[in-house]
Amino acid sequence: MIRFENVTKRYNGTAVIDDVSMVVESGAFVTLVGPSGAGKSTLLRMTNALVRCDGGRILFDDDDVAKVDPVALRRRFGYVIQSTGLFPHWTVARNVATVPKLLGWPRPRIAARVDELLAMVDLPPAEYRDRYPAELSGGQQQRVGVARALAADPHALLMDEPFGALDAVTRAALQDQVARIHKATGKTILLVTHDVDEAVKLGTRIAVMDGGRLVQYAPPAEVLAAPATPFVAALFGGDMASIRLLDVTRVADRAVAAEGLVPAVAIAAEATLEAALARMLAEHVEALAVPGDGPPRVIRLADIVRGGR
Amino acid sequence: MTALALAPGMSRMARAGIRVILLLAALIALVLLMPATEPFFHWLFPGLQQPVYSRASFLTLTLSHLGLVALSGAIVIAAGMAVAIAVTRPSGAAFAGIVDTITAVGQTFPPVAVLALAVPLLGFGAAPTIVALTAYGILPVIDSTVAGLRSVPPPAIDAARGMGFTRGERLLLVELPLAAPIILAGIRTTLAINIGTATIGSTVGALTLGSPIIEGLSGSNTAYVIQGAIVVALLAVTVDQAFAWLDLVLRRHRG
Repeated sequence: MIRFENVTKRYNGTAVIDDVSMVVESGAFVTLVGPSGAGKSTLLRMTNALVRCDGGRILFDDDDVAKVDPVALRRRFGYVIQSTGLFPHWTVARNVATVPKLLGWPRPRIAARVDELLAMVDLPPAEYRDRYPAELSGGQQQRVGVARALAADPHALLMDEPFGALDAVTRAALQDQVARIHKATGKTILLVTHDVDEAVKLGTRIAVMDGGRLVQYAPPAEVLAAPATPFVAALFGGDMASIRLLDVTRVADRAVAAEGLVPAVAIAAEATLEAALARMLAEHVEALAVPGDGPPRVIRLADIVRGGR
Repeated sequence: MTALALAPGMSRMARAGIRVILLLAALIALVLLMPATEPFFHWLFPGLQQPVYSRASFLTLTLSHLGLVALSGAIVIAAGMAVAIAVTRPSGAAFAGIVDTITAVGQTFPPVAVLALAVPLLGFGAAPTIVALTAYGILPVIDSTVAGLRSVPPPAIDAARGMGFTRGERLLLVELPLAAPIILAGIRTTLAINIGTATIGSTVGALTLGSPIIEGLSGSNTAYVIQGAIVVALLAVTVDQAFAWLDLVLRRHRG
């Protein structure tokens, strides 16, 4: 758990982080989103003491990050940055092994861990272990970056615009992978992005920042359906927020008991409303069956359009 | 160089390595077989009584010469890198300007003048030579080490800090290895210059490959001058090419 208590940071008298308080629960995936200069990267870098607080405090698993040894503290986090920060003079395996080596793990344990992590990020160890970063594509490099961050089994991951430099297809693939890793490991993740869709897609909660202040901290559906300020509403696209909302709402949340005939075309209960709408458009129907245990259920166009009301 | 022509598929690194081995073989042969060149120099300079320098063997001269360059080189590398590391740390940044000035003065001071000033303090022989070579050679090492450390990509440093490297680990595992090719270029320059400059040590009594050159100049024996100069030149080229090979080795994985 990471607890921010009235955290403030000033540069030359100007507050770049202004009285931010929030709690990141264990296992949460929090996306920090906002325009450039909103302070999201600074807040992330304060979490592992790369930047010091001028006011307030940050507690990581009940330790005040200002009061513990910063080197030991940072080794408890996984750290991923936009430009990957891979060490160009080391092989992929040596890069992934960075923190375990600093921690003095025995060699066989490190080798086994490296192979396990490379497999987890879909880089077959036999093929990639001994390559150098310059021989990899941008997407492959960032996969190594993610594997490196996970190497010493950290309590939490800090990711600073990890996918910002990647093309759309590669970015989507890595987002899916990180979402899978989050599900599989249950790690707490704090991810900075200026991409609103990425914030919505990945976050279990979104922290919206503007001018150093935390303006809303809520699950994606709530940020989209009930933006706290006009700024938040505008950031998430005004009316377009309704479209984004389709991506974070499950069919199961809107399905109703079937009356009469069950439609021929079906959609899974755990699919998103976006997928359901796409299926309706593709099949030219206004209702889909939602298979499951118990009485037959359906989702109709009207159930999608009426929203949560 | 036929060996190179026979292997067109070889990597640049392998070719550079072979070049160093061939140069080294030529150097060793020249140093050991110098007395055997007597008929050649006799033919070239028929008027000379003693056409090959023989006061000391060329092996002794070469080893003594290399010893002076190696010792001053070790001092220059250790001191130069230490100073450069210090002024690139946040706490030492304030001294960067003054260090620049001092080393620039050291570089502009002619080594002969340093020798002349050092002899009254240190006496004749190797000591003033080492002082002169050190004063003259430190600038390229400091400059290249500073430039090398400043060339390290900021993301690599940020990643190292963020993952919990100590300052020492960051310097030894990340900054110095990444700066190595540039630092090496400075060391290469210094050693090449100092192999040539060490010859003037013989004017104050140090035993170097400058001994036949200086004796040849004062005694109008051009053959001595040529013998000393050829070995010095071959030595300088061999060391330079060894560093060229090392540079390729260090850069082989960089994109």
